[in-house]
Amino acid sequence: MSAPSVHAFMAVLQRDLLLAMRRKSEVLTAVFFFVVVAALFPLGIGPELNTLRLVAPGVLWVGALLSSMLALQRLFEADFRDGTLEQMAVSPTPLALLVAAKLLAHWLVSGLPLVLLAPVLGLQFDLPVEALLTLTLALLVGTPILSLVGGIGAALTLGVRGGGVLLSLLVLPLFVPVLVFGAGAVEAQASGLGSQAHFSILLAMLLPAAFFGPWACASALRIALE
Amino acid sequence: MVCQVSSVVGLFCALRSYQLVINKSRSGNPWFYFAAPHTFFGLAGRAWPWLAAMATLLLLAGLWLGFMVAPTDFQQGEGYRIIFVHVPASWMSMVIYMAMAFWSVLGLTFNTRLSGMMTRALAPTGALFAFLSLWTGALWGKPMWGAWWVWDARLTSELILFFLYLGYIALTSAIDDTRRGDRAGALVAIVGAINVPIIYFSVKWWNTLHQGASVSLTKSPTMASVMLWGMLLMAMAFWLYTVALVLYRVRTLILQRERHAAWVQDLPELQP
Repeated sequence: MSAPSVHAFMAVLQRDLLLAMRRKSEVLTAVFFFVVVAALFPLGIGPELNTLRLVAPGVLWVGALLSSMLALQRLFEADFRDGTLEQMAVSPTPLALLVAAKLLAHWLVSGLPLVLLAPVLGLQFDLPVEALLTLTLALLVGTPILSLVGGIGAALTLGVRGGGVLLSLLVLPLFVPVLVFGAGAVEAQASGLGSQAHFSILLAMLLPAAFFGPWACASALRIALE
Repeated sequence: MVCQVSSVVGLFCALRSYQLVINKSRSGNPWFYFAAPHTFFGLAGRAWPWLAAMATLLLLAGLWLGFMVAPTDFQQGEGYRIIFVHVPASWMSMVIYMAMAFWSVLGLTFNTRLSGMMTRALAPTGALFAFLSLWTGALWGKPMWGAWWVWDARLTSELILFFLYLGYIALTSAIDDTRRGDRAGALVAIVGAINVPIIYFSVKWWNTLHQGASVSLTKSPTMASVMLWGMLLMAMAFWLYTVALVLYRVRTLILQRERHAAWVQDLPELQP
């Protein structure tokens, strides 16, 4: 990669992180949503610890999924509205590179807090330490996939009526494999089978998503910007 | 004997069409002759009645074979006959999605508006077949497995396919600008196409409750010949039905989108 491209990448990354820090409430809303959802389930299911331990991986993963989806809506909205996105599209730097920077910033601000919070919330469900570790690692691999694939959905529904719900309908079917293998990893570890296979598949999903995601996202943005 | 006759007929039709297209497309690339909505409108108009008639014949033949001729199954009794609807519907739901992905790739590459119209025309039929597959599967599963639904790999991935169809239809309906809608939908169709091989290979890759593949291109089938033929006839019937219906639907889309063009204004049906 040439020096100007790297500069552009870092500049966009820095800008998005700075903007997110200035509007902390937007970021924290999605994170607190995760916390609230994780707290609601034990209240609904009942305090029986054995049941909670069984449902914990699924509940925490679904909470992370929904929280990611909430956060996706503000990925491109602000830049689309004030014209920055168009400037990015016509700049000499490849749009896919700039989009990659935006997606990375988005994950650092919306996905990484979920990963860090998960062990704490897992304690509420009485998960043992090894399970907490597996859960955290699985989320660490899985949440970037959510940002990458969700970015495509966010770009496709940019400026469309009913965008939020439409985004969920578009993006949830693509999230299902991540959910299945992510929650499955924790369950496999808990049942003694070992989670290596699940992690292999999660990484196998992450790598193409990381490679093709920004490119597909850039195509979707060009379609939306016409 | 049937194979030989049909291959001769098919060869004849192919040669004749090639001759016609080369003659008519004196100016321009013959490959793109039917990419113009006007010419495709005519072709689709001539083709769909024949396809619908053939579909009806094959449907009657398949249903007769399946419900009148095929014997009672040793293990499953009469209930297995739902296979004659369930398997063809599942096959069609996957084939139609791959067709949507195909037209989407063509549309994005060559920027043809007809590709977007074809993809939009395919989606409702595909969604219907995916729903039919899930529904008939549930109706079969209850007596056979004791459960209306299990979360095994094949059923889950077919459900995801159904949601992908709905997502495509929702997205293309929500975007007002038709060309932008076409392109956005094309991206959804292409990205979601990865799901179809997953459905197909799910019974091989996972330990699932759903039956494994009994019909393969490389090995002889593991089911009785009469049942197999009934299923294949129904599959052909569903395929021809799909093509006929999609051609009819795309004609409507062409008329809607091209209503300002001179050839539409000059149509005999529209003259006072």
